[in-house]
Amino acid sequence: MATNPASPRDYVPDTLIADDIDAYLAAHQRKSMLRFITCGSVDDGKSTLIGRLLYDSKQIFEDQLSALESDSKRVGTQGQNIDFALLVDGLAAEREQGITIDVAYRFFATPARKFIVADTPGHEQYTRNMVTGASTADLAVILTDARKGVLTQTRRHSYLAQLVGIRHIVLAVNKMDLVGYDQSRFDAIVEDYRAFANEIGIDAFTAIPISGLGGDNIVDRSTAMDWYAGPTLMHHLDTVEIDADREAARPFRMGVQWVNRPNLDFRGFAGMIASGSISVGDPIRVLPSGRSSTVARIVTFGGDLRSARAGQSVTLTLADEIDCSRGDIIAAADDAPQVADQFEAKLVWLDAEPLLPGRAYWLKIGTQTVSATVQAPKCTIDVNTLQSLAATTLHLNDIGETEIITDRPIAFEAYADSRELGGFILIDRMTNRTVAAGMLSYALRRAQNVHWQAVEVTREAHARQKGQTPKLLWFTGLSGSGKSTIANLVEKRLHALGKHSFLLDGDNVRHGLNRDLGFGDADRIENIRRVGEVAKLMTDAGLIVLTAFISPFRAERELVRSLLPDGEFVEIFIDTPLDVAEQRDVKGLYKKARSGEIPHFTGISSPYEAPETPDIHIDTRRLTPEEAAEAIVERVVGVWSPML
Amino acid sequence: MQSSATPPLTHLERLEAESIHILREVAAEAERPVMLYSVGKDSAVMLHLAKKAFFPAPPPFPLLHVDTTWKFRAMYDLRAKAAADAGMELLVHQNPDAMARGINPFDHGALHTDLWKTEGLKQALDLHGFDAAFGGARRDEEKSRAKERIFSFRSASHRWDPKQQRPELWRLYNTRKAKGESIRVFPLSNWTELDIWQYILAEGIEIVPLYFAAPRPTVERDGMLLMVDDDRFRLLPGEQPVDRSIRFRTLGCYPLTGAVESEAATLPQVIQEMLLTTTSERQGRAIDRDQAASMEKKKQEGYF
Repeated sequence: MATNPASPRDYVPDTLIADDIDAYLAAHQRKSMLRFITCGSVDDGKSTLIGRLLYDSKQIFEDQLSALESDSKRVGTQGQNIDFALLVDGLAAEREQGITIDVAYRFFATPARKFIVADTPGHEQYTRNMVTGASTADLAVILTDARKGVLTQTRRHSYLAQLVGIRHIVLAVNKMDLVGYDQSRFDAIVEDYRAFANEIGIDAFTAIPISGLGGDNIVDRSTAMDWYAGPTLMHHLDTVEIDADREAARPFRMGVQWVNRPNLDFRGFAGMIASGSISVGDPIRVLPSGRSSTVARIVTFGGDLRSARAGQSVTLTLADEIDCSRGDIIAAADDAPQVADQFEAKLVWLDAEPLLPGRAYWLKIGTQTVSATVQAPKCTIDVNTLQSLAATTLHLNDIGETEIITDRPIAFEAYADSRELGGFILIDRMTNRTVAAGMLSYALRRAQNVHWQAVEVTREAHARQKGQTPKLLWFTGLSGSGKSTIANLVEKRLHALGKHSFLLDGDNVRHGLNRDLGFGDADRIENIRRVGEVAKLMTDAGLIVLTAFISPFRAERELVRSLLPDGEFVEIFIDTPLDVAEQRDVKGLYKKARSGEIPHFTGISSPYEAPETPDIHIDTRRLTPEEAAEAIVERVVGVWSPML
Repeated sequence: MQSSATPPLTHLERLEAESIHILREVAAEAERPVMLYSVGKDSAVMLHLAKKAFFPAPPPFPLLHVDTTWKFRAMYDLRAKAAADAGMELLVHQNPDAMARGINPFDHGALHTDLWKTEGLKQALDLHGFDAAFGGARRDEEKSRAKERIFSFRSASHRWDPKQQRPELWRLYNTRKAKGESIRVFPLSNWTELDIWQYILAEGIEIVPLYFAAPRPTVERDGMLLMVDDDRFRLLPGEQPVDRSIRFRTLGCYPLTGAVESEAATLPQVIQEMLLTTTSERQGRAIDRDQAASMEKKKQEGYF
């Protein structure tokens, strides 16, 4: 057995440090770096293992160790022994409750390598935290308890590691001391695991029998397990192949982060090389535009480079003045990635608020941020049983397969080929929270076969012929606020002024185009999306379009705004407070809503998100509908029209 | 398929590339970024990385020093020079309230840090409307740092809520925020103390001479070796400054920063000493010596 951690051994640094510091530093200059994740359920001894790795590689200083010793006696769970969990659970709430809240990153080094460990908690929020930690890892150490063997958690963690694309799996069978260092017990667990691993597509893994408490086979070989001929955990970590080195062998890709223009004579494209390598003179293609050029210079602070490779942050200049900006991908000219706007993807939902199918979210992939809508999931995967389940939405920690549609084409690769060009996050437009992690599987063929028809009579030509600037006047407000009344008056005045217009009314649209839609949140979102698209086509025809819809959510109103050129979307807030609208109750709807006859009624049982900065704000307590219409016409066409 | 003759990246090269990536993401997505600059070794590395990230342009944001007026004189000497060398504007903020009340490290203990640093920082960020601030903190420094994201979101009142952190996946950082909210960004999150020293050595980065041993006037007080940096230092009855060969592992307000006795006068010697020592770098800081979770509490209140 190795040294017991309960009796701290002396701090013994590398002899080279004391003898020849220059030689030591020269050797350390060339270390490689491995990122890994540890997983396992609460009692599998994960924190103890990490504490061990830090301790045995001499990363714990004396003052930290003495704090750890006193903490262990006060709040530890190991009696008088050192509780290594306290070393990694750093937040007050974690120490109070004896649990791990969030991913923590730890560092240690050996003579060969430097390591970054993502320590992810095994508690309820497992999926979210594990995916977070695993997304940057090259390797996963999956801990199992030798007494318990392959458990649900073992399967769950292995599945998630596989999902995120970790290529190196280590099955660490821990607590071998508690099963008498029995080889047959170890062999049985490995066989059990192999059967399961094959099932989920893990074709290779490394199994190591260890004891975190005693330190067996962690850094030092265990004398109690002579039968084990494989590497110690540390030796394996020291020698395993690193993914980043593999990236260098793939075709060249770099997302443009920043266009560097210090003066008129220099235009450089700064970014981190995602894969492959690049040399001066290499032909490249810029995506999604598809324009090509060659690399003129590879500029760095330390001087120009002749070539650069995956993982380096560089600045490229091109031989031609071609259009290229943040979000574009510079790729090898003869082997560029695909461009598409409809995808099949896997999503891991990270937010307490569930997915709203049809809603537009921000999608950030590499340096590109676009608007994207997510369809209802085809299924979710139960990570405990690995079965597919039918689903209509995704809740916190759910994993599902969905279709995603972006508002413009993006350059991408399948996640299995590239984490950099295939992994994305979704961001809620209103709360700004990161709500999902996604992995692109492939582009949907139908998107590639439907091309935009090039129209010869352009929207400018339509508008010119009508002698007006197309606009979309978007009236929003509670039911009974006066939207339709005022919109009608506005259209009459526009018509009288010789303007070409059309009014899309909420009730009318629901009789035809949208009669398949109900009033739940998802249907309301789809209702507005369709109206937005129709209104956009009408502005393409040169019309001034008026819409009168409650349109309760800011996110959808913003989505429609994003469909139109700047300044053409005019948000008009018909501001009638709930009590006033309810008092008027023109259609008798509030009465029904209050009596429970109408579920999902905006303002009563469904939220209304008022505009924060509308383009035009109409307070109906201060203006009559006629005055309101006058004010709007004056603002929109710049003409004051006498009352008709 | 292209093959590459260049060797795989070393850990320092990977850390450097990752930090540069982070600096550029903020410059591209934040409206008004700023770099906090404390003149210490971590700040020096962060500033150097910023120069690299935007070369040949100067970094597209100013430097901000939240000054307590009690830093070592050698730090003030290097401050202006470092900013000028980088071609950056230097902003210095001193909390006028702390100034008016004469807050100092001798009389006011924790209040000194609260007012000059925490309040001063919040004032400066609000005053200039900065929405993203780079800090040189590292995850290996302290336990609550190990749990903090690289992009650390702060409420409009500058509070950090460790339970509401945004998940950070791949190299994708969510920089979206509402008006008034801000983000603290730590490009050196994944660096260790040894990485910092190795990088300073490899890149020839200029640091404050106080990191190197030299004879300096000192007094021993409360188990700490304090340097008498100017005539504001209040000697207690019986105290007489003694010249000792000392250096600093970390730099802050001079009356609150403990020195170590040392002969290490070159970078390799400093690194050698650091590797042979048995105590962590934060051991010399009076500010960290309160209760175990003190840094976390300070951070929740807006401290960097």
